[in-house]
Amino acid sequence: MPKFTLDDLRRTLRESTGIDEEVDLDGDIADTEFVELGYDSLALLQVASEVERSYGVPIPGEQLAQLTTPGSVVTFINEQLQRAGV
Amino acid sequence: MMAAIDGNTPLCTGIGVVAPTGIGVESHWQAILGGKTGIDRISRFDPAAYPVKLSGQVRDFVAKGRVPGRLIPQTDHWTHMALRATELALSDAAVNPASLPEYEMAVVTSSSSGGTEFGQHEMTRLYQHGPSWVSAYQSIAWFYAATTGQVSIRNGMRGPCGVVCAEQAGGLAALGQARRLVRSGESRLVVSGGTDAALCPYGLTAQLASGSLSTVDDPETAYLPFDQDAAGFLPGEGGAILILEDAGRIGERAQQDAYGVILGHATGFDPRPESARAPALRATLARALDDARVDAADVDVVFADAMGVPELDIVEAQAIGAVFGENAVPVTAPKTLTGRLYGGGASLDVATALLSLRHGVVPHTVGPRRLAAGCPIDLVTGQPRELDLRTAVVLSRGYGGFNAALVLRRSRN
Amino acid sequence: MTRSVVITGIGVVAPGAIGRENYWELLSAGRTATRTISLFDASDFRSRVAAEVDFDPTAAGLTAREQRRMDRAAQFAVVSAREAVRDSGIELGGLDPARVGVSLGSAVGCTMGLEAEYTVLSDNGRKWLVDHEYGVPHLYGYMVPSTLAVEVAWEAEAEGPVVLISTGCTSGLDAVNHGAELVREGSAEVVLAGATDAPLSPITSACFDAIKATSPNNADAAHASRPFDAERDGFVLGEGAAVMVLEEASAARARGARCYAELRGFASRSNAYHMTGLKPDGREMAEAIGVAMSRATIDPADIDYINAHGSGTKQNDRHETAAFKLSLGEHAYRVPVSSIKSMIGHSLGAIGSLELAACALALDRQVVPPTANLRNADPECDLDYVPVTARSHHVRTVLSVGSGFGGFQTATILSRPE
Repeated sequence: MPKFTLDDLRRTLRESTGIDEEVDLDGDIADTEFVELGYDSLALLQVASEVERSYGVPIPGEQLAQLTTPGSVVTFINEQLQRAGV
Repeated sequence: MMAAIDGNTPLCTGIGVVAPTGIGVESHWQAILGGKTGIDRISRFDPAAYPVKLSGQVRDFVAKGRVPGRLIPQTDHWTHMALRATELALSDAAVNPASLPEYEMAVVTSSSSGGTEFGQHEMTRLYQHGPSWVSAYQSIAWFYAATTGQVSIRNGMRGPCGVVCAEQAGGLAALGQARRLVRSGESRLVVSGGTDAALCPYGLTAQLASGSLSTVDDPETAYLPFDQDAAGFLPGEGGAILILEDAGRIGERAQQDAYGVILGHATGFDPRPESARAPALRATLARALDDARVDAADVDVVFADAMGVPELDIVEAQAIGAVFGENAVPVTAPKTLTGRLYGGGASLDVATALLSLRHGVVPHTVGPRRLAAGCPIDLVTGQPRELDLRTAVVLSRGYGGFNAALVLRRSRN
Repeated sequence: MTRSVVITGIGVVAPGAIGRENYWELLSAGRTATRTISLFDASDFRSRVAAEVDFDPTAAGLTAREQRRMDRAAQFAVVSAREAVRDSGIELGGLDPARVGVSLGSAVGCTMGLEAEYTVLSDNGRKWLVDHEYGVPHLYGYMVPSTLAVEVAWEAEAEGPVVLISTGCTSGLDAVNHGAELVREGSAEVVLAGATDAPLSPITSACFDAIKATSPNNADAAHASRPFDAERDGFVLGEGAAVMVLEEASAARARGARCYAELRGFASRSNAYHMTGLKPDGREMAEAIGVAMSRATIDPADIDYINAHGSGTKQNDRHETAAFKLSLGEHAYRVPVSSIKSMIGHSLGAIGSLELAACALALDRQVVPPTANLRNADPECDLDYVPVTARSHHVRTVLSVGSGFGGFQTATILSRPE
């Protein structure tokens, strides 16, 4: 059972970075590039910082650049949580 | 007589208002003519503990749906209002920025205190929790250039952008710079003016330290410029964004529809407080008229700075009296309905002055009843005054000694 | 005939160097002034390095009353302005005050004063409804950055155009260019132009930490600012001020003034792309350089030295390298380019005027300051960045560029006065 779901990420995006009017965040976004969803590097830094505060999982800068879709962020966070034995 | 319109003449073709008097040119103008005040008890936070409890808030402004969703959390309230005002102004001017050359459009706004509320939020997070709690957006929301940058990005304007800070005189200084860009031929369109929003607890506390705010708790008598009972001013939020275009590069139709021309501009600075030298307002006003090549007798109305601080009201009334003659020109200050909007105030006055020229009506100053001694001016009170108006002067002053004057002429018969 | 504008006085407060001559000595020696932050406890921060000014306001000539009233940024500006006026030899009292102006730049204004008072009034962030009773009299002056221009105007007894320009990290260039414009168009005879910033406080450090823009090279603070180096990892925050006396050239010559440099032309463009991001092609900066050259009536080959923005972030140094190639063509490979941020850090709005002061001194001394700490150039940064050691060079015309948050790009061209 994943501890961090796509809905958790959706909530973080909504609360901390806002939503582009043209984007349906509730749609099937797991494999959509963040750029296409209207999120830039600052938005991802903001999300990473929120996730670190809420879930205790830091996302290093180099790693963040590789995580280009919501799905990849969810996978990464869960791997880290599992590794930490949470 | 119309203003001579030729190449590089800076014409105001669009106005976007987001102010305590209303959102949009029409609702603002109707509120002004009706003397409908935007002053009310502060509701953005609980002002009970503060000696000033009144302000001019933009009650109807909601960012959601009006400002791009992605921009709302990354910008301050001050920038939200400017983005909305810019959209209104571009629409009023019937301009589509995407159709114009990118480098020939510029953005020059005034900023008085930046993203004050956003900044207080992030300082709270920093001191309550630590540096890692500070938002990634603090770096782009708090600083004084946030609004100009966002407006430039939103509208694809890649010309020379500027941010002018001269406290409450900043709006006219920004328009002076916008005019410079048009007259030099560098820009065909400049988004200018400004907004401000310092109505958070720390913003109000800082303003209290200036000693100029009125602590009178009655919306009708708190801000009474030129009156015997003047006791300071009330703060407000909002402002106006104006579109200036080069008359030589727009169609005849657009020229006909324009509000007016910026004919002249000057800025000046007061000697330091302990100096025996005279304040700079009178000389600044005279320089603006020279710059506009306009005789004092040709000015039909003056939109006063109207600080509401007795000694500063006298300085202004004396300057107006000296340049135009005592009681020789109608003077008005509709800003008693909004409070003083800092970086947004002077551009809202310019917007109101342009509407006044267009409609041939001098709006009245709501509030003052008995002029203070030493104020030999024809202050328009009671009701609007219908006049054939061609030329208007707008005055503004800012904390520390800033003075600015702008001369406007209506652009059609 | 258009009026030309010259720099006749320079005043500097910089990390590692107070005063113009000390500043030039530091730059030409290639010495770095970056170190572990001492102005506040930075142990919780990602980046704990900065270029700090060792500033003793009393030794710098400020009275107790001035020290109480002025934020650190204002103190820097006033001390620099006094030095600039002395250096120029101009008798300001002999001028019509209405013909004297001030054009000062600052990116973050009196942020230190504002933050320090906030911690008191909010009880370290505990109270959203801050205590208004304890606000110091100068608190409002801290909230509005225009105060900085007010202080310099009082110093200059200026009653003409006085303004503070706040275009983020291009503020310093933009303020000097605006000052030159005021002289050129005849709005003023003399303008004190420059910029100041004192951003070394927790809130500024935190906001750059949050976007990972500043260098985390805390282990080697003295070499943390590494523009154009393959190992660069962000900029190093700095502080300081530079103020210059600008005059119309013939008036300056008539009074026998020493002229460091002529301000030949400038242009500003915006990328309208992103508040912090830069497109790698450098297109808008190249456009600004092209327009500035045309206004200065020079060709690319006339440029003998480029004072780069060179902040030391990955994206900036590539962006501007591309912009130089795009605007100058093959000449970009021949002209020496350097970043003095390698030595004095990035003081946000102030840096542009510190860089223009360095350009004026380079023209005067015929020496190009180096890019310190440049050991292994980034393969994508393949120009002559004058690594480590200053270079004697025949310098007649200089290009200085700046790039800042908001997408602003400014290019300024200076020449040796005729």
